[in-house]
Amino acid sequence: MAVQAKKAPIEPKHPLDDLIRTDRMPHIWCPGCGIGTVFSSCLHAMLASGIDLDKTVMVSGIGCSGRGAGYAKVDSFHTTHGRAIPFATGMKVANPDLHMIVFSGDGDLFAIGGNHFIHAARRNIDMTVICINNLNYGMTGGQVAATTPSLARTTTTPLGNPDSPFNLPLLAYASGATYVARWTMLHTREVTDSIQTCLTRKGFSFVEVLAPCPVNYGRRNKERPLDTLKMYQDKTIIKNGANPAELGVDFKKRVVLGTFVDVERPTFTETYDKLYHKE
Amino acid sequence: MGERVGLEVSIAAAEAVKMANVDVIAAYPITPQTHIVEHLAEVVADGELDAEFIPVESEHSAMSVCCGSSAVGARTFTCTSSQGLALMNEIVFITASMRLPVVMVLANRSLSGPLSIWNDHSDVMSIRDCGWIQVFVENGQEVFDHIMFAFRVAESQKVSLPLIVNVDGFILTHVIEPVEFWDAETVKNYLPPFKPVNRLHPDNPVTMGAFGMPGIYTETRKAQDSALIEAKPEILKAWQEMADLTGRHYKPVESYHAEGAETLFLTMGSIGETVSVAVDELRAEGKSVGQLSLRLWRPFPFEEFRQAAAGAKRIIVLDRAVSMGGQGGPVATEIRSVLYKEKNMPVVTNFLCGLAGRDVTVEDYKAMFEKASKMSKRRVREEDYILYGVRE
Ligand SMILES: Cc1ncc(C[n+]2csc(CCOP(=O)(O)OP(=O)(O)O)c2C)c(N)n1
Ligand code: SF4
Ligand SMILES: [Mg+2]
Repeated sequence: MAVQAKKAPIEPKHPLDDLIRTDRMPHIWCPGCGIGTVFSSCLHAMLASGIDLDKTVMVSGIGCSGRGAGYAKVDSFHTTHGRAIPFATGMKVANPDLHMIVFSGDGDLFAIGGNHFIHAARRNIDMTVICINNLNYGMTGGQVAATTPSLARTTTTPLGNPDSPFNLPLLAYASGATYVARWTMLHTREVTDSIQTCLTRKGFSFVEVLAPCPVNYGRRNKERPLDTLKMYQDKTIIKNGANPAELGVDFKKRVVLGTFVDVERPTFTETYDKLYHKE
Repeated sequence: MGERVGLEVSIAAAEAVKMANVDVIAAYPITPQTHIVEHLAEVVADGELDAEFIPVESEHSAMSVCCGSSAVGARTFTCTSSQGLALMNEIVFITASMRLPVVMVLANRSLSGPLSIWNDHSDVMSIRDCGWIQVFVENGQEVFDHIMFAFRVAESQKVSLPLIVNVDGFILTHVIEPVEFWDAETVKNYLPPFKPVNRLHPDNPVTMGAFGMPGIYTETRKAQDSALIEAKPEILKAWQEMADLTGRHYKPVESYHAEGAETLFLTMGSIGETVSVAVDELRAEGKSVGQLSLRLWRPFPFEEFRQAAAGAKRIIVLDRAVSMGGQGGPVATEIRSVLYKEKNMPVVTNFLCGLAGRDVTVEDYKAMFEKASKMSKRRVREEDYILYGVRE
C-alpha cells in the first residue's frame, strides 16, 4: 500500500495579509480598541483604490495609532511624536509621484504636531491624513489631549477638562484642506470609501475617525466599550456638506458625520513647478 | 523625620514636589515620566497642593511655560524623558541663560532611533552643556532628598540656576522602594520660600531675553559659566545641611572602598548599587578594587574627583551613552581630560553598557574588571573603549 503523503495543514490567510507585516503580529492594540478597524479600512481602501502600492508610503507619528506605519507592508516611516506630516511633506515634494498616507492619533496630529497640520493644509500638499480621534493620549496612559471634550476626566484632568476641544473638520477647513470628512470606526464602509476617495484625488485630504479607547478614556468616563459603539450608532447623523462651524463633538447632543469639504485648488507641487520649474 | 513608607519612586518624587510646595507644574506626558506628572495632577485636583497644573501640548511648550512662570516669581517644576527633552532643547538653554531656577526631574531614557522607551543616559548627555546644574541619584530615597535639594540650591540667592535631577527611567521610576519622607518642619527649615533673584516686576521693569550683540555676548557667557561654577559652595552647603537634618550624607563624588584600590569603577545613577555588589564580590576574591559614583555632573567637581581618584592605577568608566565618532562615551572622554595633568594619571578604560535598558548584571561588571585587568597600561589609547556585550 502506497504511503499517503501527509497533507500540509492549510494556513488560513487573511485577505489583507499581503499588506500587513505579519511578523509584527500580534499588534499592541487592546481588546475593544477602535484603531485596528480603521487600520483595516485604510488597507482595504489602498487595495480598492488601485493606486500603485509600490509608490505608496505610510507615515505615522508616535502613539497607539502611530503603530500603523510599523504594521503596514508598504514603505513606511514611523517618525517622532508629532512630525508625521512634515516627514511626509519631504517625501512628497522630493518625489511627487508618491501617494502619501499619514496615519496617526489626535494627540500626535493636533497637540504636539498641530502646527504642521495647519501649514500642510494651507499649502495644499497632496496627501491623505487619517486621524484616529480617541479623545486622549492612549499610549501614555490616557492624558488630556487637544480633542478631549470639556469636563471629561483624564489622568491629567482628574476633576474634568477645563479646556475646549478642537473641532477638527473646522480646523481643517479653515486651514485650507480640500477634502474633509468625519466618521466613527463603526462606519467601516464609509471610512473605507472616504479613504479610497482621498487616495485617488489630488490635494490635502483629511479624514477624522472617532474611535474608542476603552482602556484609558472609556474607563475614566464611565463609558463601557459597547456603550461607546451604541453611542456611535444612536447619537450620530450623517449630514454631508454640513457647516464646519457646527461640527463640535458632543455626544450629549448629535455628532455630525459626513463629507464636509470636497473642492479643488492647485496643490503645492503644481504651483511650485509652475513658478520655479517653468513647466 | 517623617514616616518611612514603601511606594513607587515616581510617587515619592511627586510627593516631594508637593511638600516643596511648588506653584506651577507644566508638563507633557512621556514614558517613563508619566506617573510623576499624573500623581501631581491628582494632588492638585484633590486640593493637597495649591498649584497650577498645566497639561501643555508639547515639551517645547512645557519648558516655555516654566520659563514664564519662573520669570514672574513662581516656584516651578517640570518633568520629562528622552524625546521630550530633545524637543525642549531650545528652551532649556534659555532657562539657564535667563537664570531661572526651574527644577526638572529627568526620567532618563534612550533617544530615538530606533525608537526605545528604555533607560540609558543618551538624553541627558545631549544637553550636557546647557548650563543647568545636573545631579544623578541611585535610589528612591536619593530621589526624594534631591528634589528638596534641587529647589533649595536652584533658588538660592547665590545661585539662581535651573537644576536637573536625573532618575533612571523604569529602573528607578517604576520600582517600589522604602522612602523616608521628610516632615513638614524639616522641609520648612531646609527650604525657604522662593525669593526670585531675576524676575519681571513692575517695580523694576526689565527685558529678559534681549539681543546680545557681539560686544557683550562673550561676557554674558562668561557670567553664566562663572555662575554655574560658583554654585558649588552652595551645593555643598545644601548637602551638609541636609546631612544635619536627615543624617544622610551626600557628596559630589561618592566613594566605596576607593581608598588604596588599584582599580576604580566610575558609575552614574542606578547602576551604582549593582556595581557595589560586584566590588564586594571582587574584593572577597582578593582584588584591589573600589568604586566612585559621580553624583554632581554639572558643575563638574574637579577637585573632589581628582582627590577621590588619586592613587588609582586604572579607572573603569561606565558610560550609558555613545559619543558618536568620538572617543567612547561622553563621561570617559571628560574624565580623561580631567586627569590629564595628574602626575600618575590612571589608565582610563571605558565600557559603554546598559544602552536602552539592556541588563548589566554583577557578573557583567566582574567580567569588565577581568577584561580591563588584561588590557594595556598605556595612559591614553583611542581604542580603549568597548561597547560591552555588543553582538557583531
Ligand atoms: C516628544 C515626545 N513627547 C512625548 C512622547 C510620549 N508620547 C508617546 S505617544 C503620546 C500620545 C499619543 O496620543 P495620540 O497621538 O492621540 O495617539 P493614541 O495613543 O491615542 O492613539 C505621547 C505623549 C513622545 N513619544 N515624544
Ligand atoms: S490604550 Fe487605548 S488607544 Fe491604545 S491600544 Fe489600548 S484602547 Fe487602543
Ligand atoms: Mg489619541
